[in-house]
Amino acid sequence: MQTALRTSLPETELASRANFAPHARVVREERAAQTSGLPLSIRGLRKSFGDNEVLRGIDLHIPAGQFVAIVGKSGCGKSTLLRLIAGLDKIDAGTISFGSDVQPEDIRVMFQEPRLLPWAHVLANVEVGLGRDRSSADAHARAEKALTEVGLADKRDQWPSVLSGGQKQRVALGRALVSRPRVLAFDEPLGALDALTRISMQRLLERVWRDQGFTAILVTHDVSEAVALADRVLVIEEGRIAHDVVVNAARPRERGSAELAGLEGSILSHLLSADDRT
Amino acid sequence: MSLIDSISLPRRVRLPRADGLVQWIVPLAIIAIWQLACVTGFVPTRVLPAPSDVALAGWKLLLSGELARNIWVSFWRASIGFLIGGSIGFAFGLANGLSQLSAKLTDTTLQMVRNVPHLALIPLVILWFGIDESAKLFLVALGVFFPIYLNTLHGIRTVDPQLIEMGRIYGMSDGELFRRVIFPGALPSIFVGIRFALGIMWLTLIVAETIAASSGLGYMAMQAREFMLIDVVVLSILIYALLGKLADSASRVLERATLSWHPAFQKR
Repeated sequence: MQTALRTSLPETELASRANFAPHARVVREERAAQTSGLPLSIRGLRKSFGDNEVLRGIDLHIPAGQFVAIVGKSGCGKSTLLRLIAGLDKIDAGTISFGSDVQPEDIRVMFQEPRLLPWAHVLANVEVGLGRDRSSADAHARAEKALTEVGLADKRDQWPSVLSGGQKQRVALGRALVSRPRVLAFDEPLGALDALTRISMQRLLERVWRDQGFTAILVTHDVSEAVALADRVLVIEEGRIAHDVVVNAARPRERGSAELAGLEGSILSHLLSADDRT
Repeated sequence: MSLIDSISLPRRVRLPRADGLVQWIVPLAIIAIWQLACVTGFVPTRVLPAPSDVALAGWKLLLSGELARNIWVSFWRASIGFLIGGSIGFAFGLANGLSQLSAKLTDTTLQMVRNVPHLALIPLVILWFGIDESAKLFLVALGVFFPIYLNTLHGIRTVDPQLIEMGRIYGMSDGELFRRVIFPGALPSIFVGIRFALGIMWLTLIVAETIAASSGLGYMAMQAREFMLIDVVVLSILIYALLGKLADSASRVLERATLSWHPAFQKR
């Protein structure tokens, strides 16, 4: 069902290759061609649960390698949009297409809960992320590399239960990264973390995104997080994209800078004014 | 500061080896009091023989080879019955936990059968099997079936759906999902079933052997009652207690080995 909908659109792919160029500078993988991000085109996307129409026609193009944040009030449909992009739920109407043929390993999701297997050591949990390559000869080495990238190489033989919340989320990130995905969807991955851990995780997310050049889609309720990380912030209201805000601030971004704070304020006022109307 | 020190002190000086011995203090104390009560004549030996007399009777039976033979027979019946009933219970638990169709077909029937006390079937079982080995195995297997069935089913149904979704996202096949996610997730519950089942296993076997058998511990106890050998009766009861403890310890060892990931089983 999902694969049928992800039809190939050569012209968008060409366009996106050009867009991707600035991000490609840090590609250091031998699988460089495969690690580059995928563009994403969404046309007329609708989704209902029973009588409740959650998404009422989303049209969106995300160039390859872009970091997009999706914000909105709870229940606005932002998580549903992410689940549809990740292929977790069925689409009612419309299409989601990626620039080329996608393998299951190309699209990964990270949730608010780490969802680690408690009975598997940290390294084995990361290996889960390899998908069909789990039993390949270099599975160990690749998992260890991903674990090093998230800074937890020394925890490889620990049980998840002894890790802190932030460490568990880093293992989950390692698991999502190990297959070198081309699209990484984040469903409020930092929502359950304390403020300081959040900031260091945001830095880690930004670093791996810059290193690997995947297309990142981050659903968050934290507007300051959205403007700190994303190239572009989408505000969803009542199942539609209400605002599409470009964040031009140079990276690495300084948290709390006037530019970001101003942007955050204007997005927040959008969200709150929508609140007043209803 | 000094108060905190004095509170935490006992924990610090406790030796790991002493920990293992502590659990035996109460049983040993009971035996000592019992011996004392018998020697002083507080309890007449017609009612309850002294532990020393029980030990002596055990020693005699051990020399004649009768004790070892009866223990072995009972142990064999218990294990085979447990294996048969346990595997069937486990298989039904898996099937009904994983397949809605299977659960719809069999669960209601199994729940009805479960509410019949299996020992109530003894007269019927004797009519069917006589006092043959199969009668005892049937009863033990039936008794063991339900705790293992129920807990396996419960374990599988309560595996975190978020983990199952995660497994699916990461492209696990059905077999892999079972092996990596569902079975390990159900294991703690399965162990609860096993420990319940071990208790029921001994209970069933002893009742069955007491009523209809020509060998085994229950039979030994009944024979001794015929001849008023109260020391042998008490000996049989004590052996049951020890065997029960042994089975429980074995399942604990297994639990520790397979559930080392579980916070409850990690060494603090």
